[in-house]
Amino acid sequence: MAGLYKSDYENPVIRWIDTRLPIFSLMQKEYGTFPTPRNFNYFWNFGALALVTLVIMMATGIFLAMNYSPNTGLAFDSVQRIMRDVNYGWLLRYTHQNGASMFFMVVYIHIFRGFYYGSYKYPRELLWMIGVVILLLMMATAFMGYVLPWGQMSYWGATVITNLFSAIPVIGQTVVTWLWGGFSVDNPTLNRFFSLHYLLPFVLFGVVFLHVVALHITGSNNPLGIEVKTPQDTLPFHPYYTIKDSVGLCVFLIVFAVFVFFVPHTLGDPNNFIPANPLQTPADIVPEWYFLPFYAILRSVPNKLGGVTLMFASILVLFVLPWLDTSPVRSARFRPLYRPFIFVLVLSLFALGAVGAHKPEGLWVVLGRVCTAYYFLHFLVILPVLGVLERPLPLPESISRPVLGPPGGGGPMPAGAAAKPMEKS
Amino acid sequence: MRSVRRATVAAALLLAGLFGIAAAQESVPPPKQEWSFGGVFGTYDLAAAQRGFQIYSEVCSNCHSMRLMYYRDLSGIGLNEAQIKAVAASVQVPVGLNDQGEPVNGPGTPASRFKSPFPNDLAARAANNGALPPDLSLIVNAREGGADYVYGILTGYQDPPENFKLQEGMNYNEYFPGHQIAMPRPLQDGQVEFAGGAPNATADEAHDVVTFLAWTSNPELVERKQMGIRAVLFLTLMTGLTYAVKRKIWAEVH
Repeated sequence: MAGLYKSDYENPVIRWIDTRLPIFSLMQKEYGTFPTPRNFNYFWNFGALALVTLVIMMATGIFLAMNYSPNTGLAFDSVQRIMRDVNYGWLLRYTHQNGASMFFMVVYIHIFRGFYYGSYKYPRELLWMIGVVILLLMMATAFMGYVLPWGQMSYWGATVITNLFSAIPVIGQTVVTWLWGGFSVDNPTLNRFFSLHYLLPFVLFGVVFLHVVALHITGSNNPLGIEVKTPQDTLPFHPYYTIKDSVGLCVFLIVFAVFVFFVPHTLGDPNNFIPANPLQTPADIVPEWYFLPFYAILRSVPNKLGGVTLMFASILVLFVLPWLDTSPVRSARFRPLYRPFIFVLVLSLFALGAVGAHKPEGLWVVLGRVCTAYYFLHFLVILPVLGVLERPLPLPESISRPVLGPPGGGGPMPAGAAAKPMEKS
Repeated sequence: MRSVRRATVAAALLLAGLFGIAAAQESVPPPKQEWSFGGVFGTYDLAAAQRGFQIYSEVCSNCHSMRLMYYRDLSGIGLNEAQIKAVAASVQVPVGLNDQGEPVNGPGTPASRFKSPFPNDLAARAANNGALPPDLSLIVNAREGGADYVYGILTGYQDPPENFKLQEGMNYNEYFPGHQIAMPRPLQDGQVEFAGGAPNATADEAHDVVTFLAWTSNPELVERKQMGIRAVLFLTLMTGLTYAVKRKIWAEVH
């Protein structure tokens, strides 16, 4: 007989649908009973937070697009019209503008979580690589979105970044002309950036879906970095992690709201309140904060092609991270040597951010080069060598042992896990 | 955990040091002022903003345009409909074509944009020794330092120090990057007479006009902050509730 899906639902309407299109069973399996390691800490909120932010960005963006004019003569004023005359336009626009920063903040913490707990290792290499694709798509989308208000920094940022492609030998200049749709950043550039800025988030959403599918095949990593062994090690996703994610979401929304309602301009550049003027270059051309470390890497090389190559390499190196890190141990809790190095990496990225925000003069150049060197050294030399040299601490037997077992018993316990039961009493 | 904390402290110190170096290299930062619209609960001092609009009309608007503003917007600083109509009607603006198809001017309406002093940028430069007076619609947002900076410029005119080479037609200003500004000192003590006899020293005038300019840059500010307070209070409550539910749900597994 024609195959109807065997549904467990009693409700006749749900059952009728579910036997033909088992979306209810699917949601129940993937988000209801989905077995999830029981020992997540709050770092495991950030994937869900990123998805929520993406939805917020798409929702606000669609309404902004209804009132925006992608034309060099109208763009700046149409954004100001949204701010002044469209009902709650300022709220939509500030949410979208600051949302980009929130999105990167959340995703950068999500990536740090991956670094620290070794989430990129076997069997989650492809999950990680899809994540890097998401990062690249986000960067492209954010860059093109920043051009749309057509302020001074929009225009000059677009000019600088698109000009990077002119570093490609032989065909560089042709490529740049092709990207611009003309011989400078102008109306055709603005039009295509608007079109692509609208398109890419939907592509992004599709790739996020793949990211989640891959995650639900391998299952989540966890703070101990050891695999789930018994059902005792897991909890159903709902209600345990739906509620834990909700706590994180509320806190995140407070941070988001503080930026949107009280300091909406802090993360932006005053120059973008001046309409684009191709005849007047601003004193400093600085990208948004989330691009500063990469901008610093770009400028740390005196050769244009070298700088561009290094900047792209700084992201592309993440694709092969699962094979550069030779240690079989995932979590930094059990890697006494890796742990300090990961903090040095974070420190160097913060320093690179500061370097990117300043004119490349004096001390900044030196600092930029040292940190760039460390960034690549970390991935290309330190990680492969550490896996050989390091003696990892003994791993716990299972996820449930250190959580459920009596304090002091059940083998060596990581400091964090041991401290938890005591805080509760 | 301790090593994490130590690393964080070290990072914070290093970053503070870096930004310290950066701050030392830039030009004189304008001193911080008290603003009615500052802080979480800030609202515009409407009396000051209205005096500021008078200063803009009598002084600034001789050279500076404000093309993003409409006369109807003035309801935001407390002008009533009759006042707005009167203000708008005092300027001549293009009102379309006559029967012969010729452009004609007529009195402005609340729907008219603020009248610009010059027909275009070239005319503005020609009348101002080659310098273009910037549009003031967004000036407080468009400058590093915001309201404090604009106030600093308006009150920062001084005699140039010895050995300072001032170019022909330029003026010395303490807070302008490079100290040479094309705009001559715009506000003098007692220059603008206010109806209620409000103080009108240069500093008072600057304070009032910057309040007005802050409003034109961020007309949504009061509504935004008031909504923000409600949003943050609501979200804090939600966080507490959600956390309580989380504790209850997790109680059995810990």
